[in-house]
Formats: sequence, structure tokens, C-alpha cells
Amino acid sequence: MSDIPIPYTVAARPDTGLNNGKIGIWLFLASEVMLFGALFATYILLRVGAVEWPHGSHYLNVPLATLNTVVLISSSVTMVMAWYSLKIDQFNKFRMYMAATVGFGGVFLIVKYFEYSAKFHHGYYPKTNTFLAIYFTMTGLHMLHVMGGMAVNAWFLFPGAKLWKTDKEHFANRVENSGLFWHFVDLVWIFLFPVLYLL
Amino acid sequence: MSDHATHDDLKKHVRAYILVFVSLMVLTLVTVAVSRFHLSVPVAITVALIIATVKGSLVACYFMHLISEKKLILWVMLLTVVFFFVLLWIPIATVADRIGS
Repeated sequence: MSDIPIPYTVAARPDTGLNNGKIGIWLFLASEVMLFGALFATYILLRVGAVEWPHGSHYLNVPLATLNTVVLISSSVTMVMAWYSLKIDQFNKFRMYMAATVGFGGVFLIVKYFEYSAKFHHGYYPKTNTFLAIYFTMTGLHMLHVMGGMAVNAWFLFPGAKLWKTDKEHFANRVENSGLFWHFVDLVWIFLFPVLYLL
Repeated sequence: MSDHATHDDLKKHVRAYILVFVSLMVLTLVTVAVSRFHLSVPVAITVALIIATVKGSLVACYFMHLISEKKLILWVMLLTVVFFFVLLWIPIATVADRIGS
């Protein structure tokens, strides 16, 4: 273990004007845009090449997906409020909002579990047709992102919160960065919902 | 958001978050309602994508603070968005000569 501190976790780097964590998460999100971009391009290629394409609601449950949209949007608000609570030095409120964010993530996954179960129950699998193949691929990858975001947020809720005692600004920056990822996950769903369920 | 924002600035942000939240909820209901009108496919796609883009922009600008973010990040994301659209255009280009026929 080295004792050399990691530079620019709070102070801005003179050349970028940003702390390293902030620019790091945005560059990562840029790569994520291209990852999901590849899947959206795949969706377009499959759809324009298909002789027939089902309306999403033929296979999928629109009310459940609408509920999940509301859940994820709500989680984005609690996430940003968690960060705001740290900025005004109210750690207990941070705990409450962050727990709500992780909770909403859990609700999203439970709803998704019921959705997937219903599909499998009806004999709808990725192999069934091209529409279901791209549906399971895109929502599956998105679900992995929800799980990843929940794991990081849960870390900051419990063991990772120790940093608050020694370096408040650094901890607030970490929460802001995990929030940026969480909002990105919400943003992806905002596009997945109409593309897969409503068109 | 600036690291040196005052409490008043932060309170303004909270008001903005609540407004954005309400807008996102309303737009979610609108997009679901519009899908029940059974518009023609090109119109339905256009309307759904416009609403999704407005919602996505609200999330990016306010929840992700892009509206007050440093220019370096804005340029990085602008470049990313350009390449994202190039990526989407490739499969569309394969059928562009058949559109309208």
C-alpha cells in the first residue's frame, strides 16, 4: 500500500479545470453512450430489414414499463437530493435519500423480474424472434447497469460513508459521480421505454 | 455545479429538480397517451423520439448539471453525441434509397 495521496480528488486540476473523478466519470459515460448506441443501431438495422415488426405492446406489458419509468425518474430525484444533502451538510438526510435511491432500484428490478417471468411463462424467449432478441439484449444490459449503480450507491450508503468523517468534499464528489452514472441509467431507460414498448 | 455554490444557489437547484421531476412525469404520461392514438409508424416514431429527447435533455441538463458544467465536458459530450448519430445513421443509410418508394 502506498501512502501517496491520489491527486485532484477535490481540487480542480489546473489544465482541465475539473477534479479527476468528474472528468473520469464523464469519459466513462461517453463510452457508455457508444455502447448503447451500438445496440440502438442494431435495433434500427434489424427493424428496417424486417418484413414485419410487431408493436411493442403485442409482447410487452406497457403499464408495468410505465411504472418502472416512474420508479427510475423518482430514483433520479432522490439521488440528486442525496448529493444536495451532503452539500448542505445534512448527512442523515443523505442516508435517507440514498436508501430511497437504492430502494427504487430494487423496485425496478422486482418489476423487471415479473415482466421477464411473464415472458418466459408465455414461451417468449430471446430465440423466439428478432424483436424479443433485441428486447432481452437491451433491457438485460440496462438491468446490469441498474445492478451496478445500486451496488455503488449501497457502498456509499454503508462502508463507503466512512470517508464523510475525514473528507466531506471528497465524499460529496464521489456521490456526485455515482449520481451521474445513475442519471445516465435513467436516461437510457427514457429512450428504451418508447423504442421497445410504444413503437 | 460549481464547487463553490452558495446555499441560495443550491436551493434554486432543488426547485429546479422538483420542476424537472414533474415535467418528466407529465411527459411520460403524454408519450404513453400518444401511443394509444395509433398514429402512422413514421409519425409515432417522430413524436415518441421528440418527447424522449426532451426528457433526456432535462435529465442531462438539470440532474447531471450539464447546463452549468465546464466547457471541456460539454465538448466531450458534444463529440460523443455526433458519433452516436453517425452510428445510428449507418443502418438507416442502408435503406435511405428506398425511403418513400
